[in-house]
Amino acid sequence: MQIVLKNVLLINPDQKLNSKSSLLIEDGIIKKIGELKDKQIENYEVIDCEGKIATPGLFDMHVHLREPGREDEETIETGSNAAAAGGFTGIACMPNTSPDIDSAETVRFIIEKSKNHLVDVYPVGAATLGRKGEALAPINELVESGIVAVSDDGVAIKNASILRSVLEYCRMFDLPVIEHCEDPSLANGAMNEGLNSTLLGLRGIPSIAEDLIVMRDIMMAEFTGSRVHIAHISSAKSVQLVREAKKKGIKVTAEVAPHHFTFTDDQIKSYDTNYKMNPPLRTKADLDEILKGLKDGSIDCIASDHAPHSIEEKEMEFIYAPNGILGLETQLGIALSELVHKKVLSLEELIEKLSINPRKILNLPVPKFEVGEVANLTIIDPDFVWTVDHSQFKSKSKNSPYDKRLLTGKSVAVINGNKIFRNGKFSNI
Amino acid sequence: MPLSSRHLLGLNGVPREDIELILDTAITFREVLDRPIKKVPTLQGKTIVNLFYENSTRTRISFELAQKRLSADTVNFSTSTSSTKKGETFKDTVRNIEAMKLDMIVVRHESAGVPLYLTKISNANIINAGDGLHEHPTQALLDMYSIKERLGKIEGLKVCIVGDVAHSRVALSNIFGLKTMGAQVSVCGPATMMPLGIEKLGVKVYHDINTAIAENDVLNVLRIQLERNAGSTIPSTREYHNYYGITSERIANYNKEIVILHPGPINRGVEITSEVADGPYQVILDQVTNGVAIRMAVLYLLGTMH
Repeated sequence: MQIVLKNVLLINPDQKLNSKSSLLIEDGIIKKIGELKDKQIENYEVIDCEGKIATPGLFDMHVHLREPGREDEETIETGSNAAAAGGFTGIACMPNTSPDIDSAETVRFIIEKSKNHLVDVYPVGAATLGRKGEALAPINELVESGIVAVSDDGVAIKNASILRSVLEYCRMFDLPVIEHCEDPSLANGAMNEGLNSTLLGLRGIPSIAEDLIVMRDIMMAEFTGSRVHIAHISSAKSVQLVREAKKKGIKVTAEVAPHHFTFTDDQIKSYDTNYKMNPPLRTKADLDEILKGLKDGSIDCIASDHAPHSIEEKEMEFIYAPNGILGLETQLGIALSELVHKKVLSLEELIEKLSINPRKILNLPVPKFEVGEVANLTIIDPDFVWTVDHSQFKSKSKNSPYDKRLLTGKSVAVINGNKIFRNGKFSNI
Repeated sequence: MPLSSRHLLGLNGVPREDIELILDTAITFREVLDRPIKKVPTLQGKTIVNLFYENSTRTRISFELAQKRLSADTVNFSTSTSSTKKGETFKDTVRNIEAMKLDMIVVRHESAGVPLYLTKISNANIINAGDGLHEHPTQALLDMYSIKERLGKIEGLKVCIVGDVAHSRVALSNIFGLKTMGAQVSVCGPATMMPLGIEKLGVKVYHDINTAIAENDVLNVLRIQLERNAGSTIPSTREYHNYYGITSERIANYNKEIVILHPGPINRGVEITSEVADGPYQVILDQVTNGVAIRMAVLYLLGTMH
């Protein structure tokens, strides 16, 4: 089976590539790059890509798939479908499932269940058994089974002593430790602490709850020489801490979720639980520092923190509703609208943050536009204007604050090997 | 002139004309309460449900009495939030009650925002009887009524709210209402009891109770929640009393008339001594009576809107 992407702008900052060309893919392998005469491609399926971009397949390193345990909210399959619809060819799934991803069996279960899908699913293992922060998970075994990072996801690794052990142990595999940075003793709240929490009568979580653990983790990364990755960074101070740590050569990387560069805690005024997440939406000053951090590289990547919740769970009184929102199917559109079209990042910079950097952090190869390489790419129409409609989501859940929002930019198709997702459907090429 | 909203969710953003209308209407109902037959037919045929998801005796009784004196039919639904968390969702409960055809809902809930949410899923008039740490508008209205009753005005007065402002819906509603009515509002308490950003509301912060007494015309003394505060926001109730308690000695130092309010229930010997709580400056029991009149006024004004 063959397919041709005609007149597509190929962008891969990792190859310093930015040029218009055509691409011929056969049996999942890139066979030709360059000008293709009509005669050469008359028997091929041709996708006219005028005005569109092809990038190395996008990668989301922070996704909650809910399987095993909460298949009513999302499954490996529906989450992967949502990823493909959102333009992603690879995702890393977080370990807060039930059971947690803290055994080789669970890792193998996820890899087995996802292996025939277009989207590559890479499990993140728990750092400690049951994510309880008490005893190390069998990390060596998990690595052999296929994890790409560890995390106690949902909470920071409980104490400094266990954190030290996890970091030292993971250093042997050059495995990143992903941290949800939050001091639980300061985190007894439903939104960011500030004037808005006072006005709305909701208990607040101060940003220092995040900053303290970011500081601790950076210092421990320096002490152990290991790699720490800060998940969903949300506060200005934390961004500054990461910036300074990087200058010193400490091995720290960071991701931000789209809602933290799109919204502030002003949104909570409606008490809409689709604005309840952890870390919470913060202030304009935090948002501005995040934009600065994205631009100067303090923040390495964008990751959705895709967190499906059932309607009945999310439609609860604000203080009882669970944290988190969907992200896979809106992330690219939000990032293009808020970052590229508003001139915060160039397209190249965005692609680094949505594809190149997350793969590098997880020690995964970055797809290349080269003859002989497996095709792993996303075709993007950066100027396509569309309205988010959560009834059209591939995800099993609907908890998105972006419903009815107008966005500019969308994934048109994704290709991974001999599989393509296009026009809402999967097929083989 | 009717009220500008068909709900009373809080006092933030409520125009002065509305507050004045409620306070003026309450004067009439206050007189009804002194009659031998304390009942008027104003809300005959109206059905009101008191939806209380949090323990409350005073506020619920006050609303219920107000409803009965207006001849409304009332139903009480009281439950602890923990039991409903496990079973039926809040939305289903409300939809079920709504299906029984009622006109008004008085709601108290542990979560801020629930009254606003109710306006989206119900057609009834919604009255907030306290939501989380957010607002308790009828309490602030009865406080303002009681201040006006004693001092003849609100405009230009200096009112200080004393105690755990950070965990008080009474404080927030008072701040909004009093400022709209032209009072100067301040708060007094240890730093651990002051919410973040309070100064941005145009509220002066005192940490010294003597200065607060010296500089204000009215003290609204909040209840110290023994179980919540001791050990975490204050060292002990004894230390709180020693440094922030309202005592007759402290008041006597300033040789002036001062009005003391307290939303109840009182912890005698903690935030206020018995001598003050029963003394000449307090209006604490007047507040309770006025509370019924205020709630009658609110129910009447909302229940007869078209």
